[in-house]
Amino acid sequence: MEPSIPASAAPPTLQVRNLQTSFFTRAGVVKAVNDVSFNVGRGKVLGLVGESGSGKTVTGFSIMRLVDEPGRISGGEILFGGRDLVKASEEEMRQIRGNRIAMIFQDPMMTLNPVLRIDTQMIETMQAHRKISHEDARQRARDTLGMVGIPSPDERLKAYPHQFSGGMRQRVAIAIALLHEPELIVADEPTTALDVTIQGQILAEVQKLAATTGTSIIWITHDLSVVAGLADDIAVMYAGRIAEYGAVSDVLDHPLHPYTVGLLGSVPSRNKRGEPLRQIPGMTPSLLSLPPGCPFQNRCPRAADVCRQDPPMAEILPAHEARCFRPHLEKAEVAA
Amino acid sequence: MSTTIQEAPSPVRAEGDRMIEVVGVSRRFAKRLDFAGKILAKLGAPIREEVVHAVDKVDLTIRKGEVVGLVGESGCGKSTLGRMVAGILPPSDGTILWKGKDRTGLGSKDARAAMLQAQMIFQDPMSSLNPRLKVAEIIGEAPLVHGLTTRSELGRYVDDQMRRAGLDPVFKARYPHQFSGGQRQRIGIARALAVQPEFLVCDESVAALDVSIQAQILNLFMKLREELDLTYLFISHDLSVVEHLSDRVVIMYLGRVVEEAPTEVVFSRANHPYTQSLLAAVPRIEARKKAFATVQGEIPSPLNPPSGCHFHPRCPHAFDRCRAEIPALKEVAPGHKSRCHLNDLPNHGGMPV
Repeated sequence: MEPSIPASAAPPTLQVRNLQTSFFTRAGVVKAVNDVSFNVGRGKVLGLVGESGSGKTVTGFSIMRLVDEPGRISGGEILFGGRDLVKASEEEMRQIRGNRIAMIFQDPMMTLNPVLRIDTQMIETMQAHRKISHEDARQRARDTLGMVGIPSPDERLKAYPHQFSGGMRQRVAIAIALLHEPELIVADEPTTALDVTIQGQILAEVQKLAATTGTSIIWITHDLSVVAGLADDIAVMYAGRIAEYGAVSDVLDHPLHPYTVGLLGSVPSRNKRGEPLRQIPGMTPSLLSLPPGCPFQNRCPRAADVCRQDPPMAEILPAHEARCFRPHLEKAEVAA
Repeated sequence: MSTTIQEAPSPVRAEGDRMIEVVGVSRRFAKRLDFAGKILAKLGAPIREEVVHAVDKVDLTIRKGEVVGLVGESGCGKSTLGRMVAGILPPSDGTILWKGKDRTGLGSKDARAAMLQAQMIFQDPMSSLNPRLKVAEIIGEAPLVHGLTTRSELGRYVDDQMRRAGLDPVFKARYPHQFSGGQRQRIGIARALAVQPEFLVCDESVAALDVSIQAQILNLFMKLREELDLTYLFISHDLSVVEHLSDRVVIMYLGRVVEEAPTEVVFSRANHPYTQSLLAAVPRIEARKKAFATVQGEIPSPLNPPSGCHFHPRCPHAFDRCRAEIPALKEVAPGHKSRCHLNDLPNHGGMPV
């Protein structure tokens, strides 16, 4: 364990710099993640928001170095604890993955082995990364299950994954992610498949964890309202790039990018009941045939000639970046 | 008092004819014992048939032109109820009246007409569209079979249906997999509308779509409602979608209706503790670093539901009576029904919100 430094002086847990992940398919090169940069501070929660195909999951997988052929990281840096993960060897990644960076998936059965008891899986996970006796590992597994709100953890350790409900299974997956007290957790839509009341319980647990353990979290989701209450910062992704990046209140209350404005406007609770919802016309473009320039130009109400060039990521307001030539500097009309 | 759950639907309030009346409808799914199980049970082994009461004595009236939102978490029976209302699943008990008549008692011609009038739009368009048929065949098959168009007119008929659902007829020779999720959902809508229904059951029809596409489909539903004078039963777990679309909201929990009221009333003065906790748990975009409200506990297994009020193990206000006796669905205000014993307590006058 490294000595803890005061949070203010500490460098961010994770710095992603100009990350590029491309898939070299027969139909052409798909830039799934294109020039993506962000930081996650210690104990902070970053909400990575986007619609399907925006590259949010591939960003998460890139950080874990889990991108499979034909995809590969084709540029940029992922700085984690002073080390560039892009250049790390597979053996080094094996030491980091699951140990210092953990991932939680949407479907907990991606984490859990259906034919092994929970205790076997948890103890195995711990012994893979450190020398720990079977008894101590069991003790730690039990404590972690209790920490994520699983009642009577002693008995539940002996159960198989199918004996848990969906919400409980996700808690087990979170507990496994927490076993090694990772510095960073990448959570990919972990509550999307759950009912609202269960989602509320999980979000409350995660909030408590980030506050008490200092674990940094990247929360990948398509649901702006989940990260509104959970995250410190938000990065909105569109067509492989970050469209807008800043503190939650900046991005949600004063969105700069027309895509963020459109996304916020189409949330039903932000519209007057019974009236047509404000919608973004058209659909998400195929990453294989992006127009030159801003990928949002064909759907954008503010598009102009200048948008046929590539907009750079720019700090338009203090600590509030957007990739747009014509951002909403006046207060955008998103609230109903 | 426990018999009052079968009380007749309340007298006519709003204008508009009754489109669908669901009276005391239940649906049970049983896992029958196999041969070995039967023998073991005879020999005294503790094996029984497992019966799930997916829907338990539900009353529901939907009037012409209304949009009724049906809300609940997984396993509450909302989809089963929707399927019974749409006529694709027979109820175990109770009757469903279509415009005042029992569908099961109709002659085959009338029954078929009644079936056509109620159509269903599903959550996953990929598994509800035949992947081997072209879009024109998917949309055109039913109207041709039912004589709503002729073979020579079919091409134009399909074009009209596609345009109405916001699809370009140029794509009619394509297969479902060549479309995006939102477009596929439009194919499902065009298929349902092709037989000229009056009533649509939408079962989580926008749940799988991205927010920006979801808004497009919801707007399409509202446009079609005005153009075609449609009536909807809109099933969803997403309260914000239901709030936006519905005139009236029905909340289900473990097979029973726990609350029913006009939309504004549910979202401003929810009476049932379950409705209140559901509303509290919904993430709101206005929230910043808030502590997430949590309802204790899990949704119980419908195989072995709690006694009395199904919600009592998770309810912060539960008292002895809740464990022993099933509360009745009673009117707490005009047009507002709730199934909670707290409303019988003196000096209560509705739950604090």
